[in-house]
Amino acid sequence: MTAIEKILARRSGRKKTSPGEYVTAKIDMAMMPDAFGLLRTVISKGGIRQEAFRVWDPERFVVVLDHRVPPPTLANAENYKLSREFAKKLNMKHFYDVFPGIGHQVMIEKGFVRPGELIVGADSHTTTYGALNAASTGIGASEMAYVVQTGELWFRVPETIKVDIRGKFQDTVHSKDVILFLAGKYTTEVAQYKAIEWTGSAVDEMNLDSRLTMGNMSVELGAKFGIFRADQKVIDYVRSRTDKPFEPVESDPDAVYAQKYQVDAPSIEPQVALPHNVGNVVRARDVKDIKIDQAVIASCCHGRIEDLEIAVKMLKGKKVHPGVRFYVAPASWEIYKEASEKGLFSRLIDSGVMIGNPSCGLCTGYQGLLAAGEKCIAATPRNFKGRMGSPDSEIYLGSPATVTASAIRGKITDPREVM
Amino acid sequence: MEKIRGRVRKFGDNIDTDTIAPGSTLQFPVDEMKKHAFSPIYPEFYKTVKEGDIIVAGGNFGCGSSREQATMVVKELGFRFVVCESMARIYLRNCVGLGIYPILIEGVSHLFDEGDEIEIDLQRGEVKNVRAGKTASFEPLSETPLRILNAGGIIPVLKKITEEVSP
Repeated sequence: MTAIEKILARRSGRKKTSPGEYVTAKIDMAMMPDAFGLLRTVISKGGIRQEAFRVWDPERFVVVLDHRVPPPTLANAENYKLSREFAKKLNMKHFYDVFPGIGHQVMIEKGFVRPGELIVGADSHTTTYGALNAASTGIGASEMAYVVQTGELWFRVPETIKVDIRGKFQDTVHSKDVILFLAGKYTTEVAQYKAIEWTGSAVDEMNLDSRLTMGNMSVELGAKFGIFRADQKVIDYVRSRTDKPFEPVESDPDAVYAQKYQVDAPSIEPQVALPHNVGNVVRARDVKDIKIDQAVIASCCHGRIEDLEIAVKMLKGKKVHPGVRFYVAPASWEIYKEASEKGLFSRLIDSGVMIGNPSCGLCTGYQGLLAAGEKCIAATPRNFKGRMGSPDSEIYLGSPATVTASAIRGKITDPREVM
Repeated sequence: MEKIRGRVRKFGDNIDTDTIAPGSTLQFPVDEMKKHAFSPIYPEFYKTVKEGDIIVAGGNFGCGSSREQATMVVKELGFRFVVCESMARIYLRNCVGLGIYPILIEGVSHLFDEGDEIEIDLQRGEVKNVRAGKTASFEPLSETPLRILNAGGIIPVLKKITEEVSP
């Protein structure tokens, strides 16, 4: 069996599962960001009495308000107020208000993500936790209501594809470039309904921040899960975050894969996804004369220490182009504090970078909106039309290095030209 | 099982959730939100929709966010079926969870033009372009999701459970 088949078997009380089978599996952890407000709505609209609705296990349900932080509109503020009241009614144990950061990062930092576990989140980027050897995936608010009450959910056991990345990356090339490269070469449906297993020497070499970016963007390749091996880096990190026991999983040597892909790390160049689709990818060096108005490093996909350090390193002795607004927002207040203590902020500010608060805002169009005709290059997971503001604006995706290089030059730039 | 007929509303590939339900509209009540559905590519789409219309789309319909509002607005507009080449998995789950029947057929978007009449035969697993007489077959939903869909979605299923637990 593959790692994913093992987790689904383990949680559905079976010895074995195979792709295509339907199972009902017990959920280890469930997470909701702002969609928690919608949970309240779907329950009451569905005629379910609030007093009959209970959290199956208060230890296993986490809510983190993160998308519209701090609330930019009165409607957002009212919605958060209702969410707080609802959390009280449910006697929630793990309710995180607008502090301490983006839900996915909070899940990891608080030790709620453990190897070998099955986790659902009411957010598509729940696949992030695969970096810590969890089977984690996104679902909607109504299905989450079912999970919260019953502690289980149906799954169709997915086929697994294996992506083997070997060798050493060029300087300035990031795990983000690998995802964009795959999306461009094999489309954003390459893993539709499937699980991705990320392996290979280049993956082994990566730190967790880089792996989290890949877990996060596995969903942009259509994947249901994007899982990594629990190596020592993973075990050490999780142990530093929780005392709870866990049991990592690993695919058997004779596991069956629907497809295997090989990626030669040294040959990967910096990539850019053009508007308005993650699969619309070209090499950064082939992008000519695209002037940008805004640059962003933020979100659950980036906004970790490694991402910030890349920006600092590239900006050394340089300034942000006068025509560019460059926003950097850490993914959590823990990262914020660490970055602050490391002196990263003062160096970024000296170069003309603005520091934002941890939230989903810059990626999802609640902060730093783009006006019609404006162009932004972002180290975030998505570039859908209108996502960051006007439907007549354009979002380009790149690695933190490509974003920073572009912010320096004022136009989309291959980071190798700046280093 | 009866055959269903409806007018085709045609969409392309990679219709994402930010297009179906823009982020700036998610806080609205659904009857207001529906006025903005598909607005980045089709402003005021809602004014052109009739109850019983059927979406026929290209690949990866509903890709992106897990925001259930992107499925809620489609239901609120009166769609009960989404026929497409392929559908993003969270969107597919949300369709089942809200009682919208997802029909996946490779190449189906070449079979229909905007405004054509489509006939869906759930029993045989077949769609037909009534005007052109062309058909294509699909695999009906499996038992697990079908049971949820036939109950009207996951919330009605949950309601039953809560009533059994605390009547």
